[in-house]
Amino acid sequence: MLIPAFILAVPPLSPTNIFAPASTPAQSIFDLSLFVLEVTGAIFVVVFSLLAYAVVKFRKRSSSEGREPAQVYGSSQLELAWTVIPVLIVVTLFLAAARVIASVQNAPKPDSAIDVTVIGHQFWWEYRYPSLKVVTANELHIPVSDPAHPTPTFLTLLSADTDHSFWVPRLAGKTDLIPNHPNSMWVDPHETGLFLGQCAQYCGTQHAMMLLRVYVQTRDEFDRWIREQSQPAQSTSVISEGQKIFERTACINCHAVAGTAANGRFGPDLTHLMSRDTFASGAAPNTPANLRQWIKDPSAIKPGSKMPAMGLSDSELDAVTQYMETLR
Amino acid sequence: MPTESISLTGPIATRGPLLEQLHQWVTTVDHKRLGLLYIFYAVVFLVIGGVEATIMRIQLIRPLNNFVSPEVFNRMFTMHGTTMIFFVAMPLVFGFANYLVPLMIGARDMAFPRLNAFSFWMTAFGGIFLYFSFIGGDGLYGAGNAPDVGWFAYAPLTSQTFSQGHSTDFWTLSLLVSGIGSIGTAINIIATIFCLRCKGMTLGKMPLLAWLNLTMGGLVILVIGPLTAAQLMLLVDRYLGGHFFDTQAGGSAVIWMHFFWIFGHPEVYVLVIPAFAFVSEIVPVFSRKAIFGYPIMVAATVGIGFISMSVWAHHMFTVGMSSSGNTFFVLSTMAIAVPTGIKIFNWLATMWGGQVHFRVPMLFCIAFLFQFLIAGLTGVMLAAAPFDWQLTASYFVVAHFHYVIVGAILFGIFAAFYYWYPKMSGRMYNERFGQLHFWLFTIGFHLTFDFMHIPGILGMPRRIYTYEPGRGWDSWNLIVTIGVLFQAVGVLVFVGNLLWSYWRGAIAGSDPWDAWTLEWSTSSPPPAYNFARIPEVRSRRPLWDLKHPEDPDWHYE
Repeated sequence: MLIPAFILAVPPLSPTNIFAPASTPAQSIFDLSLFVLEVTGAIFVVVFSLLAYAVVKFRKRSSSEGREPAQVYGSSQLELAWTVIPVLIVVTLFLAAARVIASVQNAPKPDSAIDVTVIGHQFWWEYRYPSLKVVTANELHIPVSDPAHPTPTFLTLLSADTDHSFWVPRLAGKTDLIPNHPNSMWVDPHETGLFLGQCAQYCGTQHAMMLLRVYVQTRDEFDRWIREQSQPAQSTSVISEGQKIFERTACINCHAVAGTAANGRFGPDLTHLMSRDTFASGAAPNTPANLRQWIKDPSAIKPGSKMPAMGLSDSELDAVTQYMETLR
Repeated sequence: MPTESISLTGPIATRGPLLEQLHQWVTTVDHKRLGLLYIFYAVVFLVIGGVEATIMRIQLIRPLNNFVSPEVFNRMFTMHGTTMIFFVAMPLVFGFANYLVPLMIGARDMAFPRLNAFSFWMTAFGGIFLYFSFIGGDGLYGAGNAPDVGWFAYAPLTSQTFSQGHSTDFWTLSLLVSGIGSIGTAINIIATIFCLRCKGMTLGKMPLLAWLNLTMGGLVILVIGPLTAAQLMLLVDRYLGGHFFDTQAGGSAVIWMHFFWIFGHPEVYVLVIPAFAFVSEIVPVFSRKAIFGYPIMVAATVGIGFISMSVWAHHMFTVGMSSSGNTFFVLSTMAIAVPTGIKIFNWLATMWGGQVHFRVPMLFCIAFLFQFLIAGLTGVMLAAAPFDWQLTASYFVVAHFHYVIVGAILFGIFAAFYYWYPKMSGRMYNERFGQLHFWLFTIGFHLTFDFMHIPGILGMPRRIYTYEPGRGWDSWNLIVTIGVLFQAVGVLVFVGNLLWSYWRGAIAGSDPWDAWTLEWSTSSPPPAYNFARIPEVRSRRPLWDLKHPEDPDWHYE
């Protein structure tokens, strides 16, 4: 069991392999885990060998029929040995773990850090960049962090309803989002790219499709993304048919589109919907056909989703989908 | 001390018509019958819980499978967990304790026979009530609706806002009711052991099984209370406008976690200590040697009992405790590895230099030792809090605790089934079918739970009804599901063997294993009052003394 664990420490096996760290917290955990695996592996080999030897060597033989073996009741020296040695091992492992706990949990926050507030909802993620005035959903964008000039991202974790847990295995261990109990964590990715994860605390019907996508970008790309996200939705003064339907039905009770009448907060902010690769918290690729299907009947894509089907006609669906496609 | 078995005449000796026999079983206060009722009841729920697990594994056999809906899947894992802990493992443990403790300490019954019956029926009705939720969960709406909040039912998912209808109430009330039964049984076990030991049996001369069940009883009394309190608070929240766990009104979701896990972690030891007890009785007999290091085995057990009360928050390393809080629980959790290690070494030392007989009970004990070793080591990994930040709530942790609950506890219980079956039924089980059960179940167990660690390492969280392809989880999940088939067939062979042997097995006689503790000095099955004359003992192995008058144990103890 331990040997496959070592083999698994090869990155391409899975985009969510905990043994392919790409950020300091995940790296410190990985280093600790190798140490723990070595120690436990050694214990396993020793104790398993003793067990195997005992089973083979002391199996019943026909020659011993009728005679009982010598009765031994105990040995203080042996008991002392297998009490003291485990105590020493436990102390060593404890100190190693305590060091990593302190280095991850008590890490100082540099001035260059980015702040993001993560709010867990049934069953999607809201991201707010308080100092950058950006609100988005489901796809988190953060800058890569050069170890020489670290720009870590500090996440404040809140929940709007039930417990959730933020887990992107290659970036850090998980931390729970608990209502009325703010938590925090930090990541400093060393490489750019898309990092996957998902909610790791059971939060209701669609816990399974509450996926996490973290886009780690170069600083320039990240700054450009922030600039684009800070713009209002659209500049055309003509109000489309789709927008009228969107604002007339219950859509705007839950969704916001900056610069329009829509300012609901229960569902994801749609101001820059088309800048995202996926929707419904990663449940489906963001294509017009998928979007239309989603608006028509959310539970066909994500059963248990809190978004209701609005009973729109085909032409209304086309119009609203077209409107969504203008939200860039 | 009498070796000849004397059958007593009485209601059990003469079998009446079926209805009368049933009436006797329902109204019985005999510890052996209640023990068997517990065991029978638990085996029925074992099959039900197994079916629920199988449904989940079929759903997860490949990505984006559509075997069941997310709602059904969520009910399945909630019911599977609740059933297996409260209505399989605990009744099995209580059943064996009920049956064996009085016999092994030379008593004629438990201290409070009527409380015993009351406790059993509370547990039984708790389980039946839980399953009634499938029909009655939605109340007057008529549709079935079992609990779907997970077996540890974290707040605020259990509040009226997020859990409408009555499914959560079925969960709450069934645990409340069965908890009363558990406390009753624990009091009974403790009182029996303290007050009803036969002459000469000082605490230091009790069989280890009695010591371990005494520790288990103490733990039950301490930890069921917080669980019951939490259930009452939840009921107040749901129906009387309380705000204990209502986060919208200033309540705390974290408090529920503390209440639950201060029950939930010692609960693991409530279940595993009796499994230790079975192994501590069976390994010596099938190695033909006295248990190695009896006093330190007792000390390690009681030590585990105490330490297990201080480790609960290792289930909460990710909820945002302070670094010093996390550090404390790392230390306390790892400390438990020391007494458990001592136990493993003492069992090994018991086998060392003996003559190991590979009968089915011993096979299960050897597999227990191997699997409990691995379970302990993955436990050490999870105890290292930073490693736990990655592993907890993933399939790694699911694999870990099934390694404990199936690989150690259930294997220990299977060993106990085969070892005491001749005593309970008067018949030998079928050795070949027993071996078949062992190999099928062991192979299935390792296919399922060895490979289940891997998707956890690859980032697969628990409690997801489906997953996307491309995460590297597919083939591992396929293997895990295939293992379930082996286990299911193994359990069928096991149940079949029990039934077949009851009618067709060879007559066992009072002492088929040439064993050393008092239950083997009376007939199989024992008469209603166990012992015609209350025995008198001088050592921990009274039957050894009798069989080896030239070299009795009391020379050395």
